[in-house]
Amino acid sequence: MSKLYMARNPRAAARSLDGEMMIMSGRDSTLFTLNKTATILWQSADGATPLDEIVEKKICTEFEVEPNEALADAETLARELADHEILQISEAPIIRNAAGEKR
Amino acid sequence: MSSLLQELTEKALAKNVPLSVQLDLTYRCNERCVHCYLDHDDHGEMTTAEIKHLLDEMADAGVFVLSLSGGEIFLRKDLFEILEYARFQRQFCVKLKTNAIMIREREAARLKEIGVESIQISIYSHRPEVHDGITLVPGSLQRSLTAARFLKSQGLRVIFANVLMTENAQDYRGVISLAEELGVESTLDPTVTPMMDGDRSVLSLGADQATLRGVFRDQGLVGDVNEFCAIPAPADEDSLAALPCSAGHTACYVSPYGDVFPCVQFPLPTGNVRKQKFIDIWRHSEKMNEVRAIRLKDLTTCTSCTHVTSCTRCPGLAFMEGNMRGPSSQDCEKSFVRTGVPSANMLVKKRATANLVQIGALPNSPSASAAALA
Repeated sequence: MSKLYMARNPRAAARSLDGEMMIMSGRDSTLFTLNKTATILWQSADGATPLDEIVEKKICTEFEVEPNEALADAETLARELADHEILQISEAPIIRNAAGEKR
Repeated sequence: MSSLLQELTEKALAKNVPLSVQLDLTYRCNERCVHCYLDHDDHGEMTTAEIKHLLDEMADAGVFVLSLSGGEIFLRKDLFEILEYARFQRQFCVKLKTNAIMIREREAARLKEIGVESIQISIYSHRPEVHDGITLVPGSLQRSLTAARFLKSQGLRVIFANVLMTENAQDYRGVISLAEELGVESTLDPTVTPMMDGDRSVLSLGADQATLRGVFRDQGLVGDVNEFCAIPAPADEDSLAALPCSAGHTACYVSPYGDVFPCVQFPLPTGNVRKQKFIDIWRHSEKMNEVRAIRLKDLTTCTSCTHVTSCTRCPGLAFMEGNMRGPSSQDCEKSFVRTGVPSANMLVKKRATANLVQIGALPNSPSASAAALA
């Protein structure tokens, strides 16, 4: 199975409000709040850490969940967040310069 | 307001989080709008480093929506550096207010890359002679509209902001049509704001009652006219416990010199970010907390007014009239024009005038002669 990498979409706006993550989509300015799992994905989306590692180290340790099932759910969620232009996903690491542009 | 935004606003209110801030980057401007309330001289604007530091403090305080305004923001040579920092380093939702006359294709493309949420452009008329007569810059309408087209072609959200005055009273429909033609949004504000130094002479530029009456009965603007112009139900205890507006509660304003106010239209200084942390001003300023403590039931005169729960009363305009708990005469007039029912403030003033008439003039005085002629 290929690795999946995630980066925060630089076009999204984000802020934590008392622990709850508010995100405004860069595509159409739709406002979302993220649940706990989605917040972990957002906060861990550094473009360099693969999703399976994030699931193993941050999701399986937080929730009582079977690793394969957690990874499948996380991948579905990551793709959904990517559809809303909240995350960017790729099968290769995503590296950006300071201006947010992909390199 | 969407239900999610409403929910987040309520949460921000409960947690005392400044969800949105308007930051004016400069008061300098390349237009000279006849109704503008600002002093356009530079009295020591914050530097790029100071602004970035403030953005850090505001992000840490929970500010999500950052409206950058002025003056004309494109006169700041560091505007794009500030925008990139706000978006890419601190993930603000950034809204811009501008006259847009310095925006060309290149600037529009950069704004698209940076991902600003919206660009609000001041448009006062669809007719160049009227718009340019207000901005006092020949060719300004043409330049603003060209910019709007560049921005729109980038897929950016553009909003025309119009201020209703005597000079452009006949043109608001034209601005709306122009906006529709370009595929952009439009707003119409019937409020002219006094100068920040308290000079109220600009208020004479505001639209008269007949114009306001027409606007408030324009179905295209207000929707259901009968509902919009209805006399409100009497206020109950719950409605009187409501907040007058978001100023100081989930929103505030920062001037180019670092002064923090409850709102851009509420010139009560509460602190300066060059001397104090933004969050300390927001949480601990006595004046900010005084504003924050006011509920509708605490207002003088207005609490007993028919319009208390439906009035657009601006606490900042009331403050500029001398009492932040008092009425705002401009809003009293709007409530009256909308419903036909005079506000409590208007009745008080009328009684005061009537009392003066009852005193009468001394025999043979000039005013007695005038009264006789009348």
